[in-house]
Amino acid sequence: MPIFKDKKYFRVDLEKKLDESLWIRCKSCGQLVFKRRVRENNNICPHCGAYFFLTAKERLESLIDPGTFIDISEPIMDDDPLTFTDTKPYPKRIEEAQEKTGLASAIILGSATVTEIPIVIGVMEFQFIGGSMGSVMGEQICRGMEEAIQRRVPFVLVSSSGGARVQEGIFSLMQMAKVAAVRTRLGDEGIPFISIMTYPTTGGVQASIASLGDVIIAEKGATIGFAGRRVIKDTIAEELPEDFQTDAFALAHGVIDRVVPRESLKEELGKLLSLFAEVA
Amino acid sequence: MSDEQTLDLLEAKIKELRELNETDGIDLSAAIAELEEKLAVLRREMYSNLSEWERVKLARHPERPYTLDYIGMVFTDFYELHGDRLSGDDPAMVTGLARLDGRTVAVIGEQKGRSVEENKQRNFGMPRPQGYRKARRIMRLAERFSFPVITLIDTPGAYPGLAAEENNVGEAIAVNLATMARLRTPIVATVIGEGGSGGAIAIGVADRILMLENAIYSVISPEGAAAILWKDKDKVKEAAAALSLTAPRLHELGVIDAIIPEPLGGAHRNPAQAAAALKDALIRNLNELVPIPTDELVVARYNRYRGIGRYRTLTER
Repeated sequence: MPIFKDKKYFRVDLEKKLDESLWIRCKSCGQLVFKRRVRENNNICPHCGAYFFLTAKERLESLIDPGTFIDISEPIMDDDPLTFTDTKPYPKRIEEAQEKTGLASAIILGSATVTEIPIVIGVMEFQFIGGSMGSVMGEQICRGMEEAIQRRVPFVLVSSSGGARVQEGIFSLMQMAKVAAVRTRLGDEGIPFISIMTYPTTGGVQASIASLGDVIIAEKGATIGFAGRRVIKDTIAEELPEDFQTDAFALAHGVIDRVVPRESLKEELGKLLSLFAEVA
Repeated sequence: MSDEQTLDLLEAKIKELRELNETDGIDLSAAIAELEEKLAVLRREMYSNLSEWERVKLARHPERPYTLDYIGMVFTDFYELHGDRLSGDDPAMVTGLARLDGRTVAVIGEQKGRSVEENKQRNFGMPRPQGYRKARRIMRLAERFSFPVITLIDTPGAYPGLAAEENNVGEAIAVNLATMARLRTPIVATVIGEGGSGGAIAIGVADRILMLENAIYSVISPEGAAAILWKDKDKVKEAAAALSLTAPRLHELGVIDAIIPEPLGGAHRNPAQAAAALKDALIRNLNELVPIPTDELVVARYNRYRGIGRYRTLTER
């Protein structure tokens, strides 16, 4: 008996806004601010400068030239290969995540331009089961890289993920090898891969595709690392510095190339892409 | 008394009777035969229907043979090589050259310790970035000389600690994955004990993935899954069952290629027998892989990983 009702595949529509309320409260300073003003201000609080959490769609909008996005994702969605149930069945979790985000999976994939330079771009959605990488995300990332090779344009991946999709067990672990394998082809073909790490880029995503960028840019405020604070505390009870796995920590230890504030991200990406423009 | 202790007691009793049989000249053979029969039945019963959690415990059994034990029994002329040439040498990752069935091979394996002292040195088999980078150095070396690579996986996971993060363990793992995916020499990976997540797959991308019968391979430990998903540290048995981490289950799922049989009761009951089975499996797989032209081999490996994953195809609107 099939677990899922056969769902219609939903395309990413950037025009549709899910939330219609006009005001939003800044978690950092507590101020009630006008949503439109926040949006116009790169989703940064106009009062205190704190970053609002971005959905994948908002992230996409903030990075690409308006109106240039075309969804090129495969029409696939998460299966439940292990018939996994923890406190709730995995299919239920998927359904809830789809309803919450309006996305088919934890990643958006498409073609677009940034300062008129064509790219293939993938953006992870943290609100979809922690942006975790299961079989679907692995496949979409690979498909994105292959499309970039086909079109001879750079591949840009914006990570926002806690790591592997535990509910898919070994299949999620194997996605790390899968995306790493396909990534090697970008090198063969001379296609640049820009990895953008945002809050958070950890676990199996940091230990695979996100760390394999030709250039790795972190958004200011990103958390970057393999084993999180809690895992380390639980396993070896080591004292950790205050700045552990922050953007500054990652930069100081050579993990990333640059830390970029949100308001400059698009401009910097455009600049960087233009330096590669001759190649691709 | 645990089941294992019952077995030990029965074994001791049989040994005692045997000695009496020889020294006192009384014929106890009937009694001995009866006890042996009982022991065999008990063993079969106990081990034919192991739960996932029992397998986890077997995979972590403190007397289970470790990488260096197998290296001693499977290979000859083992010559250990040290250091990542960058910042250190990691004793939790053992690497070197050796001979197997007349062939020179590169051996890479995660090494646990048996005593407190040893575990301090081997870091409980949790490699640091230096370990993964050393492993990669040896893979590249093997590639230059067309030595097949044999990896033995036995780790709770990559070492989670401040120094590991400072040395970018995530990158060390990621680059190993990419390197192994395209390495121009055969790779056979065997999970001999614990296949702990990223720390395991970092030496686990291969043409053939084998598992010892009671080994486990998982994206997260049952303890980790219990804490994160069930939010209840006591749910380890449920987590172990849900994760599908046993060799038979992973074989069923098509993720591993073969299961290497262990002696009844686990590899630690008869390490020589377990090692013989491992050796046999490694030779058999190398005999199949070595004749394959390198280009073909690498394409087949690439395609294997390109195709891995389970998802549903949707009807487009």
